[in-house]
Amino acid sequence: MIAILKYSAGNVESVSNALTRLGYESKITDDPGELMAADKVIIPGVGEAGSAMKYLRDKKLDGVIVALKQPVLGICLGLQLLCSYSDEGAVKCLDVFDAHVKKFPPFDKVPHMGWNSFTALKGALFRGIKADDDVYYVHSYYAGITDFTTAICDYVLPFSAAMHKGNFYGVQFHPEKSADAGNLILKNFLEL
Amino acid sequence: MLKKRIIPCLDIMEGRTVKGVNFGDLRDAGDPVELAEKYVEQRADELVFLDITSTIEQHGLLTGLVRKIAARINLPFTVGGGISTLGDVGDLLNAGADKVTINSSAVRNPGLITDIAGHFGSQCLVLAIDAKFVNNEWLVFIDGGRTATELKAVGWAERAEKSGAGEILLTSMDADGTRSGFSLAITREIAARVNIPVIASGGAGTMEHFREVFSRTGCSGALAAGIFHYGEIAIPELKRYLKLKGINVRV
Repeated sequence: MIAILKYSAGNVESVSNALTRLGYESKITDDPGELMAADKVIIPGVGEAGSAMKYLRDKKLDGVIVALKQPVLGICLGLQLLCSYSDEGAVKCLDVFDAHVKKFPPFDKVPHMGWNSFTALKGALFRGIKADDDVYYVHSYYAGITDFTTAICDYVLPFSAAMHKGNFYGVQFHPEKSADAGNLILKNFLEL
Repeated sequence: MLKKRIIPCLDIMEGRTVKGVNFGDLRDAGDPVELAEKYVEQRADELVFLDITSTIEQHGLLTGLVRKIAARINLPFTVGGGISTLGDVGDLLNAGADKVTINSSAVRNPGLITDIAGHFGSQCLVLAIDAKFVNNEWLVFIDGGRTATELKAVGWAERAEKSGAGEILLTSMDADGTRSGFSLAITREIAARVNIPVIASGGAGTMEHFREVFSRTGCSGALAAGIFHYGEIAIPELKRYLKLKGINVRV
């Protein structure tokens, strides 16, 4: 069973739809027991960091998430919540990845919205992904390049398109909305 | 590099895709879910579904269609038509839409933009502007083009950005259905004035029209309906053409 974290985020269904299409059963839940027992956990992500962290703290899920031992994938806001701090809502986050999430400077259109490529791909998530594959992004905040960065996207400045540390994975783009390339990345995660 | 987006638009009436000419005469263009799947295969970048008849009774119908689309396709999609409350937006986003687009309701109640952005985030809010060139000015029209307003398109776009809109979908009513090309001047001006993505709509007739709007305006995407639905322009061919002409697209 794949657990999809329920929290104050929109469009959680997109992730469960994508898993269904790939042949995986999933459950949208904020129950600590179900999260801990799941084979994998996905933190989906459309929302605002401040209110998301408040929801996780109120439900005491912050401690539960960082203690998870199975593979965990944070998508978009999910990746940002796994960082140490976000300027969106000026909030301390889960601190898995030592990174400060900032807003794009206004040198180009914000949000960064649409299909963009990535480089310096590392690790199991990107098995079979080609250098010129594009994935779909929609975000106004970004995590810079860190030791945990496993893919780099360049928009206004280079930022982490993906991060990995131990059993924690994060992607800034939306694999559930990224057609074939996205399916493959999700499949790679589900087969870890 | 961020790619320019090619966006087929499906106008929905009573559950079917239809295509009108200059906001009038409708022709049937097929089942929306089947068409959507065809566009995913053709590597469209995003889809827009506009319910052009939506009334309160039909709202449930649209939500059901959104749920079906979301279950079948893995592309981002926007839904619009008859959205006037936060509850409508919540229903459509919960059903699986990535973004909603509002037009008349935002003109009548500009606070709606702020409310939607505050509750659901700017990224899910596309402000649609139907603009027509009247007495030397681009003015905003509402109610599917039937009602004129005194709003100037450029000023309205700037105000919408400040209120929290995440994207502008700009339709030139003068160009819509004519297949004589996008309205370049107004698209260029609005894209230059706002710092959110602008999608150009209305007037696409040839592949050259797409090249023109991408190379001569700062728009982030281009939307079309009929020429895609009836197969007059195939999206893969269009993208190969644009790439050859130096426009960054996802092929």
